[in-house]
Amino acid sequence: MITTRALTKRYGRVTAVDAVDLDVREGDRYGLLGPNGSGKTTLVRLLLGLVYATSGEITVLDQPVPGRVGAILPSVGALVESPAAYGHLNGRANLALLDAAGPSGPGSGAGSRRTRRARIGEALERVGLSGIDRRPVKNYSLGMRQRLGLAAALLRRPRLLVLDEPTNGLDPQGIREIRDLLLSLNAAGTTLFLSSHLLTEVEQVCTRVGVVNQGRLVLQDDIAALRTGTGLVRVRTPDADRAVALLDGRVESRDGDALLVRHDDPATLNALLVGQGLRVAQLGEWRRSLEEVVLSVTTAGSDRVSGPEVANR
Amino acid sequence: MITVELIKLWRRPRTWVSLLLLIALPALVAIFLAVTHIGPQPGQQPAFLAAVLANGALFPAAALAIVLPIFLPVAVAVVGGDSIAGEASSGMLRYLLVRPVRRTTLLLAKLFSMTVFVLVAVIAVAVSGYILGVNLFHAEPGAVTSVSGPSLTAGQLILRIVAAVGYVAVSMLGVGAIAMFLSTLSDSALGAALGALAVMVASQILVTLDAASSVRPYLPTRYWLAWVDLFREPILWRDIERGLGIQLVYVVVFLGAAWANFATKDVTS
Repeated sequence: MITTRALTKRYGRVTAVDAVDLDVREGDRYGLLGPNGSGKTTLVRLLLGLVYATSGEITVLDQPVPGRVGAILPSVGALVESPAAYGHLNGRANLALLDAAGPSGPGSGAGSRRTRRARIGEALERVGLSGIDRRPVKNYSLGMRQRLGLAAALLRRPRLLVLDEPTNGLDPQGIREIRDLLLSLNAAGTTLFLSSHLLTEVEQVCTRVGVVNQGRLVLQDDIAALRTGTGLVRVRTPDADRAVALLDGRVESRDGDALLVRHDDPATLNALLVGQGLRVAQLGEWRRSLEEVVLSVTTAGSDRVSGPEVANR
Repeated sequence: MITVELIKLWRRPRTWVSLLLLIALPALVAIFLAVTHIGPQPGQQPAFLAAVLANGALFPAAALAIVLPIFLPVAVAVVGGDSIAGEASSGMLRYLLVRPVRRTTLLLAKLFSMTVFVLVAVIAVAVSGYILGVNLFHAEPGAVTSVSGPSLTAGQLILRIVAAVGYVAVSMLGVGAIAMFLSTLSDSALGAALGALAVMVASQILVTLDAASSVRPYLPTRYWLAWVDLFREPILWRDIERGLGIQLVYVVVFLGAAWANFATKDVTS
């Protein structure tokens, strides 16, 4: 679906994207994570042909970007950075203008003029805006603008959705609605490419993540694979002292009554402890959270500007 | 895309306000003149105003002369300056481009809608000027005295007013092209419009400066008033031809530059 090879973008002396090799497969729910200013948005703009690469190659839907964007983009729905609309027009008029601006007529797939009204209605329905009136968009709340932006992305029933911070400005209820919408679209065959700095959002929606840090793709893998294979078992027991003595040398760390034990098989470990008469309150394979994985490979975002350390006197 | 741009242009309150203002200024002048009957001395700026008291049918020409130096260029520079920069600052530029709209198509559609605006604005000034002139002053459309003496028939007068409208519109396209070029450079619509106006003001100052006479024939505003020669009998074509040539060069050069810049530009707005 999306492949990039050694993709690099420099703005003057600043390297915003540095030798990135993305690999998004058909049907993926791909989450692009990274601190603020790490190059996520520039990467999204490169994929959509808004910004031209300094070097490297981009392929989206099996065709090169930016050479064939005219053929690619009709099948792509996008939300870049923040939603936008003409403030003096109402929501429906905005969607109609946007749809009319794109290619139409035979060969343009879902872009036909005849179906425009129906497609606008359907897109608004999906994002929970079917009841909007003739109010101009300038009077919309942040959440309504976000929903309208999503509706614009869905207008042409795209095969690939590229969404930058899709739940920005939504309340918890709205976030959940949009998450369900994205999951149902994906189940119907739409590939999702989300960029976000919200770990929980990506963790709940995505099956695959890429992590960018200072313009470099430092990690790209399936979430399931990232989180298994620690080889550790977490045990909570009121008899922690006896357990430490019993499991001599295999306890990696201890925090009160919680122990991290190096062991391959939780079931055997449990049998061992209980066989020795220890009371086990909780026991299970220890998985790293996505947060720990991401924090271990990234540095502070570019919005944190710290000066030289002040010497102690 | 052209239809979309036209809808956007005409659904914008600003378009109507600027047209209203363009019509209002000559109307104000006409009312003052009609009430007081104090005309400027013949030969003073704005052109034709002295002649209007004698024959109101000339007021369309006078109205054009009134809005030409400032009002019309301002209105056109605002529309031209808004073309790309306005979309960029509202954030819609990226959404139009990923729809997808080809960058060249977008620029051409903007150029087309700006041309339509210029034509509508100039025609509105001329038509409202005629209505005002005929109603407020003594009017004899069949016996207008030309600038150089012999009188013009009604048919001649209409033809010449139409030609003047065309000439003023072409002159304004020069301003519009400069504004559009600046609009592709900046993300600020205001900055682009003011930039284009700054060029016009600088040019108008240099035109009056004798020390700058070597560059004078190439200044964009040098032949702006050449359409007055259309109302001579016989018509004096020399300056009109030069004016059209200069404007054509400005339009082609600045639109070319706008296209070259926009087609290869990183859209980061």
